[in-house]
Amino acid sequence: MQHSTLTAEQVRALIAKGKLKDTLFQALGIFFLGIGLIVIFLLVGDMVLRGSERLNLDFFMNFASRRAANAGILSAWVGSLLVMMVTAFAAVPLGVAAGVYLEEYAKRNWVTEIIEINITNLAAVPSIVYGLLSLGIFVYAFGFGQSILTAGLTLALLILPIVIVSTREAIRSIPAMIREGSMAVGATRWQTCRYHIIPYAMPGILTGVIIGLARAIGETAPIITIGALTFIAFLPPAPFTEVTPGVNAGMFDWLMSPFTVMPIQIFNWTSRPDPAFEINAAAAGFVLMVMVLSMNAIAIWLRYKMRKNIKW
Amino acid sequence: MSANNASDHPTVSDRLAKNAMRNVSERLIELLLFAAAAVSVLTTVGIVYVLVSESINFFQNVSIVDFLTDTQWTPLFDDAHFGIMVLVSGTVVSSAVALAVAIPMGTVIAIYLSEFAKPRIREVAKPVLELLGGIPTIVFGYFALLMVTPLLQKIFPELPGFSLLSAGLVMGIMIVPYIASLSEDAMRAVPMSLREGSYAMGATKLYTAIHVVVPAAFSGLAASYILAISRAVGETMILAVAAGMQPNLTWNPTEPAATITSYIVQVALGDLPHGSIGYQTIFAAGLTLILITLCFNILGQWLRKKFRENY
Repeated sequence: MQHSTLTAEQVRALIAKGKLKDTLFQALGIFFLGIGLIVIFLLVGDMVLRGSERLNLDFFMNFASRRAANAGILSAWVGSLLVMMVTAFAAVPLGVAAGVYLEEYAKRNWVTEIIEINITNLAAVPSIVYGLLSLGIFVYAFGFGQSILTAGLTLALLILPIVIVSTREAIRSIPAMIREGSMAVGATRWQTCRYHIIPYAMPGILTGVIIGLARAIGETAPIITIGALTFIAFLPPAPFTEVTPGVNAGMFDWLMSPFTVMPIQIFNWTSRPDPAFEINAAAAGFVLMVMVLSMNAIAIWLRYKMRKNIKW
Repeated sequence: MSANNASDHPTVSDRLAKNAMRNVSERLIELLLFAAAAVSVLTTVGIVYVLVSESINFFQNVSIVDFLTDTQWTPLFDDAHFGIMVLVSGTVVSSAVALAVAIPMGTVIAIYLSEFAKPRIREVAKPVLELLGGIPTIVFGYFALLMVTPLLQKIFPELPGFSLLSAGLVMGIMIVPYIASLSEDAMRAVPMSLREGSYAMGATKLYTAIHVVVPAAFSGLAASYILAISRAVGETMILAVAAGMQPNLTWNPTEPAATITSYIVQVALGDLPHGSIGYQTIFAAGLTLILITLCFNILGQWLRKKFRENY
């Protein structure tokens, strides 16, 4: 037996060696975490420094232009906003309804199982494939064209798994006694969902929706794939305003309008050979980062708040 | 019974009628909710239908053997070649670079957060990772092209302005949060008693982490690596911005090359007519992409089953 012959001195050395390895590993872990933090700072810092000369009101109020100094992001941020509206209108009701069905109604059978496996797999499908899907279905088969409607629906399908999963998690954390109490006073299943389950799950659902939208607003590949234009120097028609003399836009004409969004505008500017456009790309990238990070921060804060307030 | 009383207390038939109405509306609502859940299945059906039907049109013009063995990818030239390996090589090389960064970094961070870090550090680190994972890929593309490439060029002066290397490195950083958070969840699910047993035998924290916790959580770790591979293979914008978009059959990360995804972007940016052979190529490329990710997902499910530990 080799170990029985160790002296106290040797044991101490062994322990010290083990502790040193522990410390070294911790340092490595902190170092790797630090790299992540540094990347965020470098990114934001670089974009602010490089883009600072463009970050003024004109940049937000100007259309894209062939001259870098005059080019702005008006059509891009308006486009992003409108596309997000369509996405939210489509993804939230669908996702919440699907989540409620799977948690409160679905029987454990093969149909349910297929739906569940499907949702898991959809979450791993590359986003560009959703672009191909909607190029084939929405753009050509349904004839929606390269419009805000197409883009919004594409992104809605993309974030649907996120909304469904967060809805299910929120519902699952509601204790069974809430349902039993509601049903004991004669409520039907839907009344229980409508007046108890959905309201109590709302903060969790909202967190998922915000995270989903933050993902959608930064998505570029699927929107490029449906063929969105990169150079748009006009806004979609506002409802009931005059578009051509004597003709007013309808309530929903903007849905079918060509558009551009923030990430596409940035892509367009980074892929130009003229380095003056790098400044525009930096400034627009910073604006997009602020949008995405603040949405994420709201979601993180909501979740933190929720964890503190729940007292079942 | 007087008429007055009857209106206060609904008759049995009234109640039954009301109940029947309620049952109908309950069934209707359930159907609606089911329809919403079925949308996800329809999405999958739609994806498969679009990719397969357009690819069938494509393969009527191009033989499948040429598609798999040709060493050139020039679908829009007069002398058209359709060798998908050219695009696959770009995807494989960039993904390999990304995973070489992301898997070690993500795993070490996960072990650190789950086994070593104090709760307070974890509370700060997790949101930071989440923010990193939330950065739009187009911004990462900008970062790769305008910051990482110039930095690498200072070390390797012969590196071209577009390269798979810098795109892959940034892609790796992008994937780290996914691996770290999923692996950490898996390791935290390992019961405390296993660790305590190991500590009781005199093992250090690191020894316990590597020889007890990691093997016990291996199915979860494998799942996170598989997801990372899917992410890397499907990543588009970082490559489209920073790796150049010229098709190039290469296994050398310091060269520029197109990937399956960046080719789709390149074609979509142009103005190809619906139904042309160029239009069909992006669906054939998309089908290839889906099949690659599908293979890895099946592998992941198999790994998860094989290494699942029950406590």
